[in-house]
Amino acid sequence: MTATPETLPETSAAAPVQYRGMSQSGSRRLGNMVTHALLSLGSILFAGPFVWMVMSSLKTQFEIYRFPPALLPESIQWINYVVVFRDQPFARYIGNSLFVSGCVTLGVILTSSLAGYSFARLRFPGRDRIFLMYLGTMMIPGAVLLIPSFVLMRAFNWLDTYYALIIPGLVSAWGTFLMRQFMMTIPKELEDAAYMDGATRLRIYWTVIMPVSKPVIATLAIFTFMGVWNELLWPVIILRTPEMYTLPIGLAKFQSRFPNQTPWHLVMAASAISVMPILILFLAGQQYYVQGIVTTGLKG
Amino acid sequence: MPIGIAVRIPFPARNLDIQVAISTTTPKTSVSAAPAKRWSQLSGLAKKEALEGYLFLVPNIVAFLVFLLFPMVAAVYFAFTDYDLVFPPRFTFLQNFRVMLTDGLFWQVFGQTFYWAFGMVPATIVFALLLALMINREIRGVLTYRLIYFIPHVTLSVAAAIVWLWVYHPEVGFLNMLLRYVGVEEGPRWLLNRRTAMPSLILMGWWKSIGFAMLIFLAGLQGIPAELYEAATMDGANPRQKFFGVTIPMLSPALFFVMVTSIIGAFQGFDVFYLMTRGGPANATTTMVLHIYNNGFLYLKMGFASAMAMVLFLTIMVFTVLQWGFARNWVHGFAD
Repeated sequence: MTATPETLPETSAAAPVQYRGMSQSGSRRLGNMVTHALLSLGSILFAGPFVWMVMSSLKTQFEIYRFPPALLPESIQWINYVVVFRDQPFARYIGNSLFVSGCVTLGVILTSSLAGYSFARLRFPGRDRIFLMYLGTMMIPGAVLLIPSFVLMRAFNWLDTYYALIIPGLVSAWGTFLMRQFMMTIPKELEDAAYMDGATRLRIYWTVIMPVSKPVIATLAIFTFMGVWNELLWPVIILRTPEMYTLPIGLAKFQSRFPNQTPWHLVMAASAISVMPILILFLAGQQYYVQGIVTTGLKG
Repeated sequence: MPIGIAVRIPFPARNLDIQVAISTTTPKTSVSAAPAKRWSQLSGLAKKEALEGYLFLVPNIVAFLVFLLFPMVAAVYFAFTDYDLVFPPRFTFLQNFRVMLTDGLFWQVFGQTFYWAFGMVPATIVFALLLALMINREIRGVLTYRLIYFIPHVTLSVAAAIVWLWVYHPEVGFLNMLLRYVGVEEGPRWLLNRRTAMPSLILMGWWKSIGFAMLIFLAGLQGIPAELYEAATMDGANPRQKFFGVTIPMLSPALFFVMVTSIIGAFQGFDVFYLMTRGGPANATTTMVLHIYNNGFLYLKMGFASAMAMVLFLTIMVFTVLQWGFARNWVHGFAD
């Protein structure tokens, strides 16, 4: 039972370019159909919980408990979102998260590009050895340093402050590595011209190197921002007062406030709010994200 | 050729998301590669360049000393002390480790961490690989599928936990609702039952982590030159031979990278357990990092928690070193 183009106009549309051997095309097309079917089924499983979250956030509490459940809400309840923002300091949580993630991202871009530039393009004794050692530090699992880091923050009197969330995160060995790898590929002539004109090193870094490094900066920015935005363990041990909460903690506390009767419609609305910024960021910067994975050298 | 394994940890204590990169090739450099040898041999201009080189590293070096080296040393020290944050640490030598060895709960937690890691990683890799192979079949919708399967990875772990708490809810949850359709009135109590709790979390873990591994495999697959397949076809290779002779070897750096980082990440799992079960029921889903968190920050047994952190550190090291040791045998282009 081979699928023919007549019965499947959709598959045949894609056919001309890809199929080389006529004898193969039948089984290949069947294979493609099976692949499509499996991928679609998988899509439902993977996107399902997310879709359900959004749909539930637009239902009434009563509708969520109804059996059998319906995917779409009877009438869209935007009020859930209003209630979440009105009764809970979610605007504040979002502000905190934006501030912390933004500061860390800017800092990491700055320090990583400086160090990356140095490792990639300046010559000094011990350069490559220092670089390898620095790379080696990435093998230290973060969880191991949890307690001493907390003790350190306490000694600095930084508990429950933005400092503890931002300052230790301002450098990144991974970011330095990423920057170095990219900056090594920038042609030297570019730099030389500016050097001839008497530009200082810092000026070359800022006016020559940084502008050409925009793609890799975008990559680093997306990875860093998403990482900090999603972080849970570190803020959990650092923060005490609700005004300081970042979004993940705020959301977790909101959900755990109702041990018996979870108001799912509100909790789902809050969840949807928390996911949106990062989803938009990912959609906007998807090519940089993927590029980051490719250019950091999966072409091994 | 150095292999760089890079894990993005903005701060070591932070949650280890597997944002990682592997490089088996150093990019072709257009800058004269060899760094200067000795300070005294440098000319005036070269001295200036070297000085600038060091200056540009200052933020990283300072942060390394304060936020990494110092805590690392302190972590080792605390492991041999009794410390409750109120009184200064009291040196007790091996006492913490002695307690640990005889502590049934510790061994349970240790075992459960392995259960989690090995429930998560191999299956994630196999599913992600199958998924990437399917998506890579030149069919339309590559971008759409890639995005859909990646959504769980970008979903805030708390939001994911909330949705899955509902999925597993015994009365109003999605799974038991489905079961009611097929006539099972009393579905399992998923997260509330000691036997089903961990598998339930692992299932959710697959959902959350497959997308990222898939993305890396997909990038790896798309980097395989078409000529290799053409050459294999000319030599009369069948699809099976092409898969094991071309695809797998060419993909091996990506596979290795995902393996190493996923294991490291899985051993440090925290969010899921903290958010969904708090380690329960009856500690059935307590893993190392949650246990460290509980001991350190709830019971203020900082010394004991540090000792467990050391054990976790060594465990992760052993697995990482083992994988690097075996890599030579199967990872394409791998050299020290």
